[in-house]
Amino acid sequence: MTLEPADRVDAVPPSGIRRFFELAEEMDDIISLGVGEPDFSAPWAAREAAITSLERGQTSYTANKGKRELRTRISRFEDAARDLRYDPDEEILVTAGASEGLDLAFRALLNSGDKLAVAQPCYVSYVPGATFAGVDVVDVPTRAEDEFKLTREVLEASGAAEADALVYCYPNNPTGATMTGDELREVAAFCREHDLVVFSDEIYADLTYEHEHISIATLPGMRERTVVFNGFSKAFAMTGFRLGYAMGPEEAITAMNRVHQYTMLSAPTTAQHAAIEALDNCQADVREMTAQYDRRRNYVLSRFEDMGLSCFPASGAFYAFPECPWDDADEFAEAFLQEQKVAVVPGSAFGAGGDGHLRISYATGLDELKTAMNRLESFIS
Amino acid sequence: MSSRRDILDLLGENARYTTEDLAHMTDFTESEVEEVVAELEDAGVITGYQAVINWDALETDAERVRATVELNVALDRETNYGDIADRIAKFPEVTSLRLVSGDYDFDLTVEGDSMREVSHFISDKVAPIPEITQTVTHYIMESYKEQGTEFDDHDDDDRLSVSP
Ligand SMILES: Cc1ncc(COP(=O)(O)O)c(C=O)c1O
Repeated sequence: MTLEPADRVDAVPPSGIRRFFELAEEMDDIISLGVGEPDFSAPWAAREAAITSLERGQTSYTANKGKRELRTRISRFEDAARDLRYDPDEEILVTAGASEGLDLAFRALLNSGDKLAVAQPCYVSYVPGATFAGVDVVDVPTRAEDEFKLTREVLEASGAAEADALVYCYPNNPTGATMTGDELREVAAFCREHDLVVFSDEIYADLTYEHEHISIATLPGMRERTVVFNGFSKAFAMTGFRLGYAMGPEEAITAMNRVHQYTMLSAPTTAQHAAIEALDNCQADVREMTAQYDRRRNYVLSRFEDMGLSCFPASGAFYAFPECPWDDADEFAEAFLQEQKVAVVPGSAFGAGGDGHLRISYATGLDELKTAMNRLESFIS
Repeated sequence: MSSRRDILDLLGENARYTTEDLAHMTDFTESEVEEVVAELEDAGVITGYQAVINWDALETDAERVRATVELNVALDRETNYGDIADRIAKFPEVTSLRLVSGDYDFDLTVEGDSMREVSHFISDKVAPIPEITQTVTHYIMESYKEQGTEFDDHDDDDRLSVSP
């Protein structure tokens, strides 16, 4: 026996983002539009609540599912914000980031050899997470002409009807696409017809700019087959706190908690104190950050238009996904970084359907964004 | 839909946004932005554009002395708060003047090149106004935040340069 990686692990290549990270790290003074997290710090009130909890010595484990005060607040918040009604005692699990929640769902709710349809381009952890769980992936590439929305057509074309489960994220990383209620109804009908369960990653739910976020779990016949994932990383700018939550029917949450209680025990305690304060008193901070993202979104989309870069109107998260002016987006991103010192990530790093596009993160101050857009304009003209 | 309010929020945050920047960030065209700004200026909603300055960071000997002054006044039949405010606000040394609730009536900020200059201004120009019954002067020793801007903000960007 040697300490070689297990086959499941060996089967997962290093992330395509890693290469750009390494290139960018070698250079000084770059402007990065390649960052997948907010440029804001966590709201001060939440940080202060974390400090206070430490001063009071609140440094023990919490209940496996998370502090009850936090779960009741999550329950109330999700009901008020999105009509999602989950019982804080049986149907909500507080996790170390939405990332842990997704991993738990794959491991606790799917059998090895089950098929997971993964709508792409998407956040980089779904496919590796499925592979680690021994689950087979069915790629479901969404299309630029659909503005990267998930449609019945792409589900059918990719063979998702044969899958056991579907995972997707809207508002989407990397495209910034969102789904309306009518569009989701089509997806819901498909999942009911073909008996798929749904893992709905709604981590960017608060960051929508054109219409309110709707959760598929609120559609008829969907609650019983859906687990919803959310967290404090994006809207509350609390990525480093590592705190998220999963909401679903009791059987699903109980199964996920069985893995969680043995592998994590409980989500970070200090972060749970910060999150309680965030839900109680930081909604105004969220509104202010959302307003800032919206301005920057308008700014980049409008600059793209002026420089003749084709881009659908991204309506959520903090990403825009323009078409790459060169055939090879990887080559473009590398040259742009070397010559203009601006980092962007090629769409291919986010799986099928992302080719030929660039992910532009506008989680960056407006001055830098402006300089970056000026450099992009001169680079492509 | 963008509104006049959006333009105000944006200029309130950074008065150096150009017309072009404002147009990019809102639904307005550049000429609409110009129109809205002109209207807001004419209506006295936008009354000036100033930089937020941390004088302490300026490495010269030239001192900039600032004080806040609590003013108590006694009103009579002929004089109201507005009349007194008019007299005080006219002095160029006065950088802000507000009527406040609580133990005193006006909250005044004064600026000068030296402590001497500021004290003289208070004793020679402000205190003698007949309705003023008391002044309490507080010299500003250090400023940490002005107009929403923290001067020594430790929130450096410590994010990884590229991340998922
Ligand atoms: C779509 C998506 N899901 C999940 C995550 C991870 O979130 P968390 O910090 O809650 O683990 C991210 C972070 O980039 C994301 O973009």
